[in-house]
Amino acid sequence: MSISRRKFLGWLGAAGLSTTLSKAASAATTKHFTGYPDSVGVLFDNTRCIGCRKCEAGCNKVNELPAPDQSFDDLTVLAQQRRTTARAYTVVNRYDKVNHPKGPLYGKIQCNHCLEPACASACFVRAFDKTKIGAVTYDETVCVGCRYCMIACPFEIPTYEYYKALTPRVMKCTLCYPRISKGLLPGCVESCPTESLTYGKRRDLLRIARERIHRFPERYVDHIYGEHEMGGTSWLYLSAVPFREVGMREDLGVTPAPELTAGALSGVPIVVGMWPVLLTGIYAISKRKEKIASAEKEQAVTTAVEQAKAEAEAQLAEALAKAEEEKKKAIESEGQKALKEGDKPQAEEADKTETEEDS
Amino acid sequence: MSEDTATIGKSYFTPFNIIAGLIVIMGLVLTVIRFTGGLAATTNLSDYNPWGLWIGFDLLVGVALAAGGYVTSAAVYLFGMKKYHSAVRPAILTAFLGYALVVLALHYDVGRPWRLPYPFIVQQGTTSLLFEVGACVALYLMVLFIEFTPVPLEWLGFKHARNLVVKLTLLLTVFGVVLSTLHQSSLGALFLIAPSKLHPLWYSPYLPVYFFVSSIIAGLSMVIFESTLSFRFFKHKMDESHSAEKDTIALGFGKAASFVLAGYFIIKVIGISAGNQWHFLTTNYGLWYLVELLGFVALPCFFYAVGVRDKNVTLIKWTAFWTVIGVVINRFNVSMIAFNWHLPSSERYFPHWMEIGISVFIVTVGLIAFKFIVTRMPILYEHPEYKDAH
Repeated sequence: MSISRRKFLGWLGAAGLSTTLSKAASAATTKHFTGYPDSVGVLFDNTRCIGCRKCEAGCNKVNELPAPDQSFDDLTVLAQQRRTTARAYTVVNRYDKVNHPKGPLYGKIQCNHCLEPACASACFVRAFDKTKIGAVTYDETVCVGCRYCMIACPFEIPTYEYYKALTPRVMKCTLCYPRISKGLLPGCVESCPTESLTYGKRRDLLRIARERIHRFPERYVDHIYGEHEMGGTSWLYLSAVPFREVGMREDLGVTPAPELTAGALSGVPIVVGMWPVLLTGIYAISKRKEKIASAEKEQAVTTAVEQAKAEAEAQLAEALAKAEEEKKKAIESEGQKALKEGDKPQAEEADKTETEEDS
Repeated sequence: MSEDTATIGKSYFTPFNIIAGLIVIMGLVLTVIRFTGGLAATTNLSDYNPWGLWIGFDLLVGVALAAGGYVTSAAVYLFGMKKYHSAVRPAILTAFLGYALVVLALHYDVGRPWRLPYPFIVQQGTTSLLFEVGACVALYLMVLFIEFTPVPLEWLGFKHARNLVVKLTLLLTVFGVVLSTLHQSSLGALFLIAPSKLHPLWYSPYLPVYFFVSSIIAGLSMVIFESTLSFRFFKHKMDESHSAEKDTIALGFGKAASFVLAGYFIIKVIGISAGNQWHFLTTNYGLWYLVELLGFVALPCFFYAVGVRDKNVTLIKWTAFWTVIGVVINRFNVSMIAFNWHLPSSERYFPHWMEIGISVFIVTVGLIAFKFIVTRMPILYEHPEYKDAH
């Protein structure tokens, strides 16, 4: 029987031990995961974006998604704020109320491909995988459809095919994993006419972003969104205005999602290990109490019985003694009576004999 | 409901049977719609709100209210409180039915229910709190099933098998408490991963502790609440000791619930202090939080205490009902009301009537099963052949 290492670890995991082994529970260590070396990402620069929706079209095409309700050339959809849907891995939004001299700014939404993804950490069947290359992929062949990934994702990216009765899938951008594995560009990057999107190694993208901020400090907010947010993401963002003004949350913090649950998970083996000890201890104590109580009861009963017995014996002895005495008395008085009565005839007889002898 | 459906010669068309029958028919129709039209046809779930009533009520509330099983069996078999013995079987039955229905409800909620065993047999996502929930609920359902088997075995007259299972009581109880601690707490821990979505008054690193402690409260209160209902509807099925111990149970469990509520209140306040979330209390969400904390934690804590002091069983019964409502509100708050609080109201979730319909259907199935079992098997009375055999 051959057991693969993977299987063995899986079993350990199933036994609740994995929390002590896996990297998710490393909150208390000094480890700081900064992404797989040489993993790739995309840099989005909203000072260059013109809101043409070509990236949406490119994405739709390479991922063979269903045709949109309104054509990608129709820019009126930008009047409304949109989000990713099961039919669109990426969407572009226009932000009119920004304080920007050149008018409205645009934002592009898609999976950020976190370095330590919340979805992957939350999935109870490991349908998500942070690949070495950087893409977070999804395996629909194991997905149960619990949608916990959608609860977990701080960027609200994964979507669900609610309209499918029997084969609903979680839908989200894959960073065009099949394409980038072959050395091709992601669909959106390839179709961007303004170089708002830059594809490359994340390390290089960070350098480029810093360079741009350094060279044009008046053009950018001095922050690279995604460098540290939620522990860092493969997608990085430069913006002309504070990120909250272009629909991006600034309150997510820098803690990678798996660390948020690491504490609770590390409690599992402790409960498994200690509860039986504590509970059997309590059971033993209550059992012992019961035993002592019943022993005490028993003893009390025995003492009571003995006491009663002793009392009864004493009474009996007394009664016997009394009876004996009475018997004695009776015998004595009877004896005396008998003696007395015995004397009488003897005397009479003596008298008789005496008279007989006399005559 | 006082009519016994098992009694020969009586009509099956009792009010209970008619209403339950209609609900079951509705449930079956909705089931067909759910599995032919998908979640979109039956629910208001969206990409922003992937979890709705079927998780908030059927899973979170269902599991919390089924906590009476482990609480009662721990009290009687581990802590040696034998005077509550007559509460064990009803509590175990409720827990077993509760968990079975939770699992049934999950089949409606998840996209591909036939894959529910996948996390155990295909790939284990052990970094997921949901894995822990799933594993513990699955194992605990088995434990509850075994704990429950003496009842049908007595009913069917399988003495040897019944005695064998009874011998496992201690082991099963310990196992049950371990599993319950784990999954009751991890239902709260599910939300630890979403600090950016759950309102700060409800989000706390102590969420798992809150869920565990409040499950004890829910368990204790449900036992009182249920014994009240059982006494009302199945009085004729109760033997003397069950009727006699009813008030003892209310007083004892009410006292325990009062204490646990007091502790729960304190750790809730500690949570707010630790996170320094006081300033939220003046907002609308803060008011709602105060309603939950003062109205459904502090108040029942006080009324339980008064009820126990005055030996006022009626007050305790009403407090139990109130506390159960409080636990429901808490689970709704965490999973729905305070969840996604940052979204505009147009994106917020409110259940579709069919979601409510399925939930009502599932509760009704539970009631029918409970009635079926209680009117036939030794739940509220001791089987004459096994008296004092515990």
